[in-house]
Amino acid sequence: MNDASTPQTLFEKVWAAHVVAQEPDCPSVLYIDLHLIHEVTSPQAFAELATRGLKVRRPDRTVATMDHLTPTLPKKLAVLDESAKNLLDTLERNCEEHGIELFPWGSGSEGIVHVIGPELGATQPGKTIVCGDSHTATHGAFGALAFGIGTSEVGHVLATQCLLQERPKTLEVVLTGTPGPGVGAKDIILGLCAQIGIGGATGHVIEYRGEAIAALSMDERMTICNMSIEVGARAGMIAPDETTFAYLKGRPMAPKGGEWTAAVETWKELCTDAGATFDRTVHLDVSALEPMLTFGTNPGMGIGVSQSIPNPKDASSSSDVDALTKALHYMGLEASRPLVGQPIDVVFVGSCTNSRMQDLRDAASVMKGRKVAEGTRVLVVPGSAAIKREAEAEGLDHIFQDAGAEWREPGCSMCIAMNGDALEAGQYAVSTSNRNFEGRQGKGSRTFLASPLTAAAAAVTGQITDVRTLLGTDK
Amino acid sequence: MQSFTTLNSKLIKLLVDDIDTDQIIPARFLKTTDKLGLGQHLFSNWRYNEDGSENGDFALNQAAMKGRKVLLSGDNFGCGSSREHAPWALSAWGFRVIISTSFADIFRSNALKNGLLLVEVSKEHHKELTVADSDAEVHIDLSTRTLQLADKEPIEFPIDAFSKRCLADGLDQLGYLQSFQEAIEAYERGQ
Ligand code: SF4
Repeated sequence: MNDASTPQTLFEKVWAAHVVAQEPDCPSVLYIDLHLIHEVTSPQAFAELATRGLKVRRPDRTVATMDHLTPTLPKKLAVLDESAKNLLDTLERNCEEHGIELFPWGSGSEGIVHVIGPELGATQPGKTIVCGDSHTATHGAFGALAFGIGTSEVGHVLATQCLLQERPKTLEVVLTGTPGPGVGAKDIILGLCAQIGIGGATGHVIEYRGEAIAALSMDERMTICNMSIEVGARAGMIAPDETTFAYLKGRPMAPKGGEWTAAVETWKELCTDAGATFDRTVHLDVSALEPMLTFGTNPGMGIGVSQSIPNPKDASSSSDVDALTKALHYMGLEASRPLVGQPIDVVFVGSCTNSRMQDLRDAASVMKGRKVAEGTRVLVVPGSAAIKREAEAEGLDHIFQDAGAEWREPGCSMCIAMNGDALEAGQYAVSTSNRNFEGRQGKGSRTFLASPLTAAAAAVTGQITDVRTLLGTDK
Repeated sequence: MQSFTTLNSKLIKLLVDDIDTDQIIPARFLKTTDKLGLGQHLFSNWRYNEDGSENGDFALNQAAMKGRKVLLSGDNFGCGSSREHAPWALSAWGFRVIISTSFADIFRSNALKNGLLLVEVSKEHHKELTVADSDAEVHIDLSTRTLQLADKEPIEFPIDAFSKRCLADGLDQLGYLQSFQEAIEAYERGQ
């Protein structure tokens, strides 16, 4: 532990509290409080344990769900391919054998791993949380140090509850101002991606700070931390505050009674001390942002909705010229044209970035009383079974279905297109997910990343539309 | 894990920046549990045409490139998902070394667990390699941390002591972690 008088950042406090051992010229041995697992990146890790005759060290600190491969049609209607079925069965077997709590598909408790962790109250301030999934950064919204790991490391954590980690650098992202109408958390993070680029935070843990962060709900904070990996960051964190505590109170795995009071006292210490320093600082004024969309093939290729698609001729380096040219060719877009008016085949509202209640309410607020444009298909996929129930209790499912959208079962769905929900080659989607890489939503898919509001605007107009023109107007 | 000492090979150039893990191995191939089989799907979206035939323009498909073990890529190689299938696919195809100006963090960590050496070079050195003759040999020596084009000065690359040990000795990282059993137990008691 550091000398109490040395000011520390939030990251430094959590890191220091979890170093089990440190040999010279070696990475730290870092203790992991919570290990989330899913069906795609865990089977080889369990197989490795079996080969070595090892047990899971702390099944009580391991939580499993099924999300990547599960169809979003009701379980009795769904058809699975053999390999997907095999991975799901393997996870079930592994959990049973090692005594790991599993929230299986169709049980009414399942959901996207980064949605159910917080929802269960398993995600808590000050914890170290890992998962064989790069969007584990989501959990940093609670002041946890949460990051994605590979399958070998999943095996390391299963066997030892520890990981070998080089200490990352720190990057402070200071968010100031108040977002204008139609601008929200997704636009803020897409704005950051556009500003610093997809490798902009490689090797760093981000702490999001400033008045604009304090004003956000937990759902919004999760959207921001979720996409930390899209700027290459190891993790993204936000100091816990009253908003965090209010969200966690009463959740199934959150501390109860006297333990709750004690936990909150400890959590209140989890903030960056005055005078603590970061390796780097970036500023972003959110009042200057418009609704954001990506136009290219990585999350850093984003612009405000009123801007024109960049022209490779104006790029600053020859590699940028190549990258832009290649991206526009793949997307079938012309440089220097506006994005507004671009016809859209599919709209996807979902993924661990934007499938929570606030996201669904946002999308519903635009779709209410309107109809999905002819020729456009709209999929709304809640992040978890619990969110699905809550949304239905509020009647959001009717708003979506009355508009002509499909209301699905929870899962990753078209974010990664492994479960059968996919775009056809060449199709255009406005998607609330986090990656617009070539082929991410199906081979040949073309993705525009945007907020739930902007996605809903595309749903009802069949094209890219500035959602601000639909807000507060008569339908 | 295969250990790494020295290597002589010609380069395969794939000079695209920000090659993400969805390009290295698209998600539809993650449903397999067979690591070696992933080699045939490496860069699948770029390597095969719509009808499944090979795209003859793509570097990996050219006869002269077969058997080469060093990939020269653009900046920020391996960004995106945490899938270890990416280094599995690269290794299964036969790559032992990737050269770039920068690598994504999770990819770096995954590569190390699979005996794949990542050589990070400056922009200038990258340029030098980019313009090198397509049949030029490179010599890579882990003990001296150098990469050398046949008729050029050796280029030093950074690698931390632990990663070097993992690659050179094939150090078993899980075994190393297990050696801290007592410290882990003590930590848990103190929680
Ligand atoms: S929703 Fe998408 S990004 Fe999130 S965990 Fe699932 S596949 Fe990964």
